[in-house]
Amino acid sequence: MTENFSSEQEATIVMDQATMADTLRRLAREIVNDNESLEDLALLGILRRGRPLADRLAALIGEMTGVTPPVGSLATTLYRDDFRGGIGSAVSKGNTHFEFNVDDRTILLVDDVLAAGRTIRAAMDEVMDYGRPRRIQLACLVDRGGRELPIQADYLGHSMATEANEWVTARLQEIDGEDGVFLTRLATEAEGA
Amino acid sequence: MPTSGENIWSHKDLLGIEELTREEIELILDTAPQFVAVSERESGIKKVPLLQGRLVVNWFYEPSTRTRTSFELAAKRLSADTLSIAASSSSSVKGETLHDTLDNIEAMHSDVIILRHGAAGAPHILAARHKSHIINAGDGRHEHPTQALLDAFTMRNHIRALRGDPNAGLDGVRVALVGDIEHSRVARSNIMCLNKLGAKVTLCGPSTLMPACIERMGVDVTHKLKEAIDGADIIYSLRIQLERQADGLFPSLREYIRLFRIDTAALVHAKDDALVMHPGPINRDIELSTSVADGHRSVILEQVSNGVAIRMAVMHLLVNSGRKSR
Repeated sequence: MTENFSSEQEATIVMDQATMADTLRRLAREIVNDNESLEDLALLGILRRGRPLADRLAALIGEMTGVTPPVGSLATTLYRDDFRGGIGSAVSKGNTHFEFNVDDRTILLVDDVLAAGRTIRAAMDEVMDYGRPRRIQLACLVDRGGRELPIQADYLGHSMATEANEWVTARLQEIDGEDGVFLTRLATEAEGA
Repeated sequence: MPTSGENIWSHKDLLGIEELTREEIELILDTAPQFVAVSERESGIKKVPLLQGRLVVNWFYEPSTRTRTSFELAAKRLSADTLSIAASSSSSVKGETLHDTLDNIEAMHSDVIILRHGAAGAPHILAARHKSHIINAGDGRHEHPTQALLDAFTMRNHIRALRGDPNAGLDGVRVALVGDIEHSRVARSNIMCLNKLGAKVTLCGPSTLMPACIERMGVDVTHKLKEAIDGADIIYSLRIQLERQADGLFPSLREYIRLFRIDTAALVHAKDDALVMHPGPINRDIELSTSVADGHRSVILEQVSNGVAIRMAVMHLLVNSGRKSR
């Protein structure tokens, strides 16, 4: 699993910077409308790119309502289910860190790309090990399809159907120096041989 | 934070520091902080499911409370099932060989074997023939790799905090290892680990407890405590194995205390921010004075806490990204 794509591969823009800004504003509005008591809301960004997205959503919610919900980071690495086959890295991209109690809160998980749903399953298990939230919700920038678990986003920026050899990548100013969502077609094994 | 940690771990077993590269040592140290956080969870469950359904067997031929407890706790915090076999109660007393005993344990589908044995090389012999992941928890006077790793992790955390640099390593850090070097597997593993990480090691102790030609390991040797402590960032006290006194290796305990005990008077020569470490168990007021062991420089209990996290990291790497079989 890598976010790099070589120059030979064609990357199509799915969402440019302006569209991403509009999308996040819409998502923040939906979150505000859907949560009567914002005092109970806390955002957990799934590392790495979910975290800056969570920060941006929290700031937008703060602008709209005057209440900026607390934000934390979730690594999910220790809860993944793909170690057994030998895939996945043992090293975390960062550590889980948040300074609020999850008990009786609404926890909003934030991630960039939703695909199989396995990361979200891991994230939910991790949050539950810290306590008993009143509810857990999910916000994602893009849903690229290919679900392997019965999981869906409560707040979704963009939905698209993709083939197995297509890869959807979000790039964010805070990490990658630019904002955008890109579709990359990977060479299939037949083509590559 | 490591960014390219994928696929650099390829070991089935952790037999010694000798077998590890600097990158592999750093991978273990970088994997550990997330496990410190698991143990420090204030609310919620101090456990992660990484080794759920796996069987970890603690197999100790020598007495140990600290290391055995630390490994057992590490396995439990990874959600593994654990089993302890003490040699005195096992069939070894009836003449069963190590290979046969392990064949029997493996017939019950063990995944990880933590072995402490009095003979140097015992874990290596088992690792070559059996499919379980073998972790050396001390083999004779040879190695005690997880102790060296937890020590390096503790040192690195403090160096990073002192220098205000979250990426600082141990390059150029001066470490004085004081005490019985001859009989110490902790010393041997620490020397190799610290050398690989770029630290500068000075050994100090009576000449009867100093192996001949130990300089060849790339260390300085002194028999004067003042010289060892002067300029050291870390003063690491080793346990004096009192049972050795019967072998006549030092004339009297009183003389050892006078020349080599790390106490407030000796620390006058130390840097203001020098740390004091000890692998435990401490002989209070023999190798280390009580005021120093319990003083502000001592990070001895941190070593114990970090030991659990390092052992969690090692088991996670071996089982979840290591080579599946020999």
